Amino acid sequence: MKTTSLFKAAGSRSLWKIVPVMVFFVLWELAARYGPFGGTAIFPSFSAVLLEMAALFKSGVMIKNLAATLFRVLIGLFLGTISGIVIGILMGWQEKVYRSLSPIISMLYPIPALGWLPLLMLWIGINEMLPIAIISIGVFFPLCYNTAAGIRSVDQEMIKAAHILGASEMRILFEVILPNAASQIFTGLKLSSGMSWRTVLAAEMVAIPTGIGALIMKAESLVRVDIIISSLVVLSLMCLFFEKILGVVEKKWIGNWSGNAQD
Amino acid sequence: MPKIELRNATIRNCHDLNLTIRNGEYFVIVGETGAGKTTLLNMIAGVEKYTGSVLIDDVVVNPLPPFKRGVGYLFQELALFPHFSVMANIGFGLKAQGYQKNAIKERISFLLDLMQIRHLAGRFPHQISGGEKKRVALARSLAPSPKTLLLDEPTSSLDPRTAKHLSSELHDILKKLGVTTVHVTHDLKEAERISDRIAFMANGSIEQVATPAAFFFDPANTSVAEFIGMPNILECRQTRPLASGLVEIVSDDLKIILPCNRRHIRKIAIPPDAVDISDVEPSELLLNHFVGTVEKIIQHNATVKLQISIGKNRLISELTASAFMNMFIAKGTKVYGAIKMNRLRYIE
Repeated sequence: MKTTSLFKAAGSRSLWKIVPVMVFFVLWELAARYGPFGGTAIFPSFSAVLLEMAALFKSGVMIKNLAATLFRVLIGLFLGTISGIVIGILMGWQEKVYRSLSPIISMLYPIPALGWLPLLMLWIGINEMLPIAIISIGVFFPLCYNTAAGIRSVDQEMIKAAHILGASEMRILFEVILPNAASQIFTGLKLSSGMSWRTVLAAEMVAIPTGIGALIMKAESLVRVDIIISSLVVLSLMCLFFEKILGVVEKKWIGNWSGNAQD
Repeated sequence: MPKIELRNATIRNCHDLNLTIRNGEYFVIVGETGAGKTTLLNMIAGVEKYTGSVLIDDVVVNPLPPFKRGVGYLFQELALFPHFSVMANIGFGLKAQGYQKNAIKERISFLLDLMQIRHLAGRFPHQISGGEKKRVALARSLAPSPKTLLLDEPTSSLDPRTAKHLSSELHDILKKLGVTTVHVTHDLKEAERISDRIAFMANGSIEQVATPAAFFFDPANTSVAEFIGMPNILECRQTRPLASGLVEIVSDDLKIILPCNRRHIRKIAIPPDAVDISDVEPSELLLNHFVGTVEKIIQHNATVKLQISIGKNRLISELTASAFMNMFIAKGTKVYGAIKMNRLRYIE
């Protein structure tokens, strides 16, 4: 009886997730076919978008552009993550570093990543390094801020206890402070990964001739709304995929003791 | 078993603290919140900067880092590592100090048995109860075999029964291990039950250091007397053994029975809240009863103190304000009283 009701509960939860999405797609299809813009290129139906997406993958256009964007995101995310975590650790761990860097970080953090674009275009030029630099900057600030805040919020008595038990500064950092700040560092990382996809799209739309952003811009000039929507769907799926992966890593790492990791 | 000394130790609100804790002693520090008890422990452990000197075994340990002082510390908030299992928590200090793997295993096993927490070995701190967490934290602080153990309110936030059981067990274990212990608490009954000597702290200074008995019978000043509840002290003229474990003492016009095996008792102390008062004659005969007259009524916020004369004797009784309001008592009223036997203290 209990097992059956559990299945029922799980089934009911999935239903609540799936039904609204299905209704959305059906309404979209109906609106595109029979609505005021029905049958025009400006508002393609759901099925037309699916067919176009399949065609883009089949022809290799989507794969080529996605690979270019993914490469930029991975490199930018890597550089931004490493620098954000290292500076964040130093700021959270050493009061003097925190006091010295905190005003600069607070001043630069509110600038949107795209605000750097004109400056970087002049400094770096329009090349592969431009989107990577923009992504790194967009990733660096939230991650640095969250890492420093996470480390500073670790219980001081726990650190005192580790000192009394004879642990070295390095052991305290790696075995006590970082694991206890991990949850907040992951929050920054998840924020940053989403940020990196948003940033790369904008950079590619404005300045770079390859990648998903550039594909969207080309589609716009040809009034190919189906390609634009296909590209946006792929982008959204990639964004979700990255967040999901980070959620899984977080849960695997700290989920068994903190119970606060997100799926 | 080291001797600990503080010489003119000064930090923030604590000035010129001088104190000697003897080898193997179970030393308890009592006082109100904010009296400086934890700060004193922090100075001995070396986790806060101070002026003056801390000596362990006649050696000034001021320049030594905490772990080189041979001190274990049980924090009030326990500070267990939430990301480590119980076993890893206990072994953390041993690993940090470079013990061999086998030695770590053996020591953890010994401590799991000593603290009766073997069944918790694989669990994480959030999966165990408050009392169990205290045992784990204690095992962790005992792991590197410290010669001195500092306990900051080890029984706080536990229910009274568990607290009493744990503090007695703690005392027995630490005495058996021969560890010099400095135990901070605000529970005077706990201090009296387990301590070799008690120190009373108020406003960052040590007001009195004495054995539990001397502490109650000879408070050094009014702040100590107020903290212990200003007990009634009676001189005993005569001690008469009754059945096994009971004696009757005579103090002028009062006869009091108390549980003890001594042949001669010099003084007894009666806490004012252990003197029950009624304005009507009880229907049954109570142990340690008396009849007296109210001489003085002193009203505080939530309590009322009555000074009662019983022949040549004077006793102070403390009632709650609501209990007082339910009786018709004024100066000169005849009252009937009884003294709770289990709250009596005595010296020979």
